[in-house]
Amino acid sequence: MIEGISIYEILTLTSILFFIGVYGFITRKNLISILISVELILNASVVNFVVINKYLYPDMLQGVFFSIFIIAVAAAETALAISIIINLYRQISSVEVKDIETMKY
Amino acid sequence: MDFSYTILIPLIPLAVFLLLGIFNQKIKPAVSGYIGVFGLLTSAIISFYAAYQYFFVSSKVDGVYQTFVEKTVWMNFTDTLRIDMGILIDPISVMMLIVVSVVSLMVHIYSRGYMKDDDGYTKFFAFLSLFTFSMYGLVLATNLFQIYIFWELVGVSSYLLIGYYYTKPSAVAAAKKAFIVTRFADLGFLIGILIMGYYTGTFDFEALNNPEGSAILNWASTSFMGLSAITWALILIFIGGAGKSAMLPFHIWLPDAMEGPTPVSALIHAATMVVAGIYLVARLFPMFYFVEEGFALNIVAYVGAISSLFAAIIAITQTDIKRVLAFSTMSQLGYMMMSLGVSGYDGHEGVGYMASMFHLFTHAMFKALLFLGAGSVIHAVHSNYLKDMGGLRKYMPITNITFLIAALAIAGMPPFAGFWSKDEILVAAFEHNQLIYYVGVLVAGLTAFYMFRIYFGIFWGKDKTYEHTPKESPFSMTFPLLVLALLSIVGGFIPFSEFVSADKAGFVAHLNYPLAAIAVGIGLTGIILAWVFYKKENNLADKWANAFGTFYKWSYHKFYFDEVYLFITKKILFKRVAAPIAWFDKKVVDGTMEGIGNKTVLASEKIKGMQSGRVQDYAFAFIGGVVVLAIVFIYLWTNN
Amino acid sequence: MERYIFYMVALIMIVSAIASVSSRKMLRSVIYLLFVLVSIAGIFFLIDYNFLAAVQLTVYAGGIIVLMIFSVLLVHHIEMRLEVAKVSKRILTAIACIIGIGVFVTTIYSYDFKVEGIATTTTTEDIGIGLLSFGEGGFILPFEVISVILLAAMIGAIVIAKGKRLEPNNDETL
Repeated sequence: MIEGISIYEILTLTSILFFIGVYGFITRKNLISILISVELILNASVVNFVVINKYLYPDMLQGVFFSIFIIAVAAAETALAISIIINLYRQISSVEVKDIETMKY
Repeated sequence: MDFSYTILIPLIPLAVFLLLGIFNQKIKPAVSGYIGVFGLLTSAIISFYAAYQYFFVSSKVDGVYQTFVEKTVWMNFTDTLRIDMGILIDPISVMMLIVVSVVSLMVHIYSRGYMKDDDGYTKFFAFLSLFTFSMYGLVLATNLFQIYIFWELVGVSSYLLIGYYYTKPSAVAAAKKAFIVTRFADLGFLIGILIMGYYTGTFDFEALNNPEGSAILNWASTSFMGLSAITWALILIFIGGAGKSAMLPFHIWLPDAMEGPTPVSALIHAATMVVAGIYLVARLFPMFYFVEEGFALNIVAYVGAISSLFAAIIAITQTDIKRVLAFSTMSQLGYMMMSLGVSGYDGHEGVGYMASMFHLFTHAMFKALLFLGAGSVIHAVHSNYLKDMGGLRKYMPITNITFLIAALAIAGMPPFAGFWSKDEILVAAFEHNQLIYYVGVLVAGLTAFYMFRIYFGIFWGKDKTYEHTPKESPFSMTFPLLVLALLSIVGGFIPFSEFVSADKAGFVAHLNYPLAAIAVGIGLTGIILAWVFYKKENNLADKWANAFGTFYKWSYHKFYFDEVYLFITKKILFKRVAAPIAWFDKKVVDGTMEGIGNKTVLASEKIKGMQSGRVQDYAFAFIGGVVVLAIVFIYLWTNN
Repeated sequence: MERYIFYMVALIMIVSAIASVSSRKMLRSVIYLLFVLVSIAGIFFLIDYNFLAAVQLTVYAGGIIVLMIFSVLLVHHIEMRLEVAKVSKRILTAIACIIGIGVFVTTIYSYDFKVEGIATTTTTEDIGIGLLSFGEGGFILPFEVISVILLAAMIGAIVIAKGKRLEPNNDETL
């Protein structure tokens, strides 16, 4: 509970954060930038979990546990993504999305 | 009696065929020849044993030879209409077993010598075994469908063997011609089978041929265009038989089939496969005889007589000795058909039927002998043409003697086999149809003439200049000649009428002396004429040929049958019918289909860009879709 | 007091987030992300989840951001300006996102949350017991699974990043 701040305001904040992440995910052309956008989206959801836990069910801890798991998964995902990006850079000397669309054909 | 062991007769050649066919490359040529001969020898021994058991051990019941059937249901349509596979033993099938065994065995032995220098020796024996298997199966068939299956199988093996020298374009063309022409006739056969099955409800020979059975008694219950449907079926089946037996107008494939190796001609195109048509009519003889008072049988008689005369006339002018023999075969086949056509049913009335089968038997022997003899000559001089031969009697004594015996037999000189069977045919014709009798007598004279024309042409006359002196063929080739010559001499003394007759009861046939005398007289006339024309080289023959002028030319060109067929197929069928259909198919049917395909490809080229492969584009579509759906569901859906 | 702090944190967070997704410089973009993450940790502090805030700071701000900075340094020239999408696409996406925010916010405000007024303090001990208990409401199984996932991800990252082994031929030349 934050004094004077309702759950609506915090959820509005996380919605905005989420859509900023979506915007970045769609418009950025670089793999690392996309990864950053994904982190924004993940963080928005983490905050949601925590806030709903705190405001609606303060005597439980499930939201906190899920947040911890999300953070752990995000760490694993980032590590893997970074290693893929580095390997890709070694192969084609680029991390631009347009250079790696061979999936198309 | 148990005749189930006869199943081995066809199965042994089949096994040989599979063995030689599969291990074609592994087996040495010399060994494959022995395998083929040995396999067939076994089959022949079993055939002889079966014949002995059938005719001498198992006694007649009520004076009638019994029919033994062993079969298993293959396909079931209704209670009565079903297709069986099995074996049927009755007098004519046993007789055919003997014919096929003897001729096939002799040809196998002969081929070991004749084909020695050819490539694909093993393949040749494999095909021969395949053919023999099919022919046995045809002979032993228990119903119309089974006979049809083996009918096509002999057609295929005939195709393979005619086209044996597949590097020669003429052989390939001949093989195709034989296959297509007989296939065309078989279409009639198939339709006939279907009509027969539809109206009588059975394919089974026993049920069909029972004179008291429903198939025969109820023939009048159906009619189509003024005839009973059963009669139509019989006529269509006869068309199939005419195709295989080279009756007019389906005969055009037989002369060309001589492109195959000579042993093949002897086996398939003289003794066995070409008599399949006669065998088929004989097989269904009670139906032919009883349905619609023998209307279909009359057609058989006239087609046979006309084919016989027609082929005999052509045979006189041909210069290729194998073609002479081919037309001679056609002529004799016509004789057999004619004989069936003028036959009655009971007792001595059925002499035509008996005579036809008898002639089939003797003809197989002496015609195979003639072909093998011709093969021996061709082997020696490396040419098919009469102009390259002459005076060979000094070089090839055995061939000479055996050929002479065969020629005398086919000319109907006593006491050779042909005399007896031909006499019975003429008796039957004389008793039933005088017109056909005169045709028969004329053909007998022509036969004697053309046969002795080639005999004198080959073995007498002046020596030709040969590249290397002709010499007698090896023993493997002369042995079959001797065996068949022996059979051609003694074959006529078999009391055939007691074994084979239309009602299966047997009767005692007597020589009709006046008719026999006429036949022998006209045969002798033919021989003497041939002697005068061809014994010494002279220009008498040419003078006569000039005297006949156009008639000679027509005969020489086989009455332009091939040209007419070519005209019909090439100019009319291909150009006027097939070409427009092909155009329609190519432009309209294919065009539509290809158009649909091309449009699909074009459309896909257009929308392919949407599948960019970029995750972001997909994500955009996904987010947009979610937003739109959310709007739809939250505001539009719930508020209405 | 807390209210104003929250507004400040929220402002910093949104501005940094927008800057992060629109900056043309790679490294700056990552640093802006760091600000966002720190702001989120601030919110966690505000709602009295101190342990979670600490995890957020160490794992995200400490670990992931450092990883990203290293990768940026490995694959990028610092001065290089990033490509951006076409203006039309950016506008289209922005419109879609604004509509999305609108849908979210209206949905959130039209729902009546039953807020519990109790203020409880969560200690690290509670979280530890909750994570490791195997009874009712215990999270021992997901906890073990996540540890395996982390191990697998670590091995996978090493294997992928290591690339191809050198060919024997190359060894000879060395």
